[in-house]
Amino acid sequence: MAYLEDTRRRSAEKLTNAQLKETPDRSSIRPEWWGTAIIIIAPLVIWEVLARSGKISSLFFPAPSVIFLTSIQLITSGKLSIHLGITLWRVFIGFFLGGISGLMLGLAMGWSRPLRMVIDPLIAAAHPVPKIAILPLIMIFFGIGESSKIVVIAVATFFPMLINTVTGVRQINPIHFEVAENYGASLNKILTRVILPGSLPMVLTGARLALNIALLLAIAVELVSAQEGLGAMIWLAWQTLRTEELYVSLFVTAALGMILNFLLQRITLYLVPWQTEQKI
Amino acid sequence: MIGGSNLGLTCQHLCKTYPTRNGLITALDDITFSVKEHEFVSIVGPSGCGKTTLLKLIAGLSKPTSGQIIFNSGLSRHQQRTALVFQEHGLFPWMTVLDNVAFGLEMYGMPKRDRRDLAMTFIEKVGLVSFANNYPHELSVGMCQRVGILRAFAADPQILLMDEPFGSLDAQTKQVLRQELLRIWRENKKLILFVTHDIDEAVLLGDRVLVMSGHPGHIREEIQIPIHRPHDPISEQQLELTEIKWHIWKILEEEVLKSLQMPS
Repeated sequence: MAYLEDTRRRSAEKLTNAQLKETPDRSSIRPEWWGTAIIIIAPLVIWEVLARSGKISSLFFPAPSVIFLTSIQLITSGKLSIHLGITLWRVFIGFFLGGISGLMLGLAMGWSRPLRMVIDPLIAAAHPVPKIAILPLIMIFFGIGESSKIVVIAVATFFPMLINTVTGVRQINPIHFEVAENYGASLNKILTRVILPGSLPMVLTGARLALNIALLLAIAVELVSAQEGLGAMIWLAWQTLRTEELYVSLFVTAALGMILNFLLQRITLYLVPWQTEQKI
Repeated sequence: MIGGSNLGLTCQHLCKTYPTRNGLITALDDITFSVKEHEFVSIVGPSGCGKTTLLKLIAGLSKPTSGQIIFNSGLSRHQQRTALVFQEHGLFPWMTVLDNVAFGLEMYGMPKRDRRDLAMTFIEKVGLVSFANNYPHELSVGMCQRVGILRAFAADPQILLMDEPFGSLDAQTKQVLRQELLRIWRENKKLILFVTHDIDEAVLLGDRVLVMSGHPGHIREEIQIPIHRPHDPISEQQLELTEIKWHIWKILEEEVLKSLQMPS
């Protein structure tokens, strides 16, 4: 019993240590953040001053305050939200279609060696092709409408999802399959209790990669062939030389990428509580 | 039923060969022995003598090349419930301690509440209640190993197979867990096959010791431990035990020397 108490105490100590390490990071503002803030704010101030005094051309570098006012205007007119909404919709539908099929095939390939042997060469050949390059081909098949854009995004998200899922299933410790088999687990139980949770961390890494690629592809597709969406907005702003609008749409695109990443990171922490101390 | 016991098992002429790049390797050669209900049998032998292979055959994780395993229950290999405890605990990192212990019961189709209640009674027995909802990575190696043993006991198999379960632990933890294992075993009598390379451990735990030697793996000798547990540390029984250990060591020494001269 003394041993018991000892291990309990030791592990309790370990927990509090981890908490101690965690707390200062969250509550107090780290000094580095001041540095980061200065690096961001100082150039903005200089930019503003230079643009207003006419030292730099406001055609290329409209003052930050002008950009800010333009963004307010774009928000209130509803123009921004239309473009943003369409891009988001394309990203999600494409990500969903490509991600789900990548996940399904990935699970099957991770599980079945013969299937892996058959399909691996195809993946190896198709994966390196820059997906934007197949847009014209897809447009021949699917027309110039919405579906061709979504198909390209789906194809691009399919690969990182597939590759990460296969790796995720394959890196599951064989001992876990043996335990399941030893207790007579059904195929259904092996899938839901071993394969899915065992590969989940890698699957979520794949999902994050796929989501970033989906955004990248959505913007690229919109630059090339769309009337609406953030990419189209960027292109239109460039064509009509409305530089401040160009900056606003770039900023919104960047913010969108950051928010999507942040959300997926939160979801990952929630879904994978057994790996909390590992940075994902 | 054979000998009035319907929970024993018999291995008859078990052989296991593996194909490798250098041809067939015989891991097990003509293994024959039987174990009675409630008996605690240790299997001791040098590393690489096929002890783990033997347990995996009995656990149904691989098939013997020839020979057969007969369960006195009359059940086939797939119907017979066994539980294997691994050297590296093999806990699922994605399940809490409670769900890990309840895993076997879950596979047997027990409803969630029932299996959790039952698993909890086992967790209480070893005083790990405050860790029931923790994940394995939050536990020490020794604690994980205990949870691994609990998982096997909670599944209530007729046959418990243990593959060097204390092999990766420090000497003190080992000592404590051996006592704990004997205590749990006394409470829920099971047939236990306990594989180890530690002669002291084999003699301390087993009613009977099977001494194995390798290349190919076969059983050299069966030794009955004539003394009932708990062994009295100061009596003359110690002398007798020491003699048994010495005897086992002499058999194994030969093996170890052989393997040291042979490039493996």
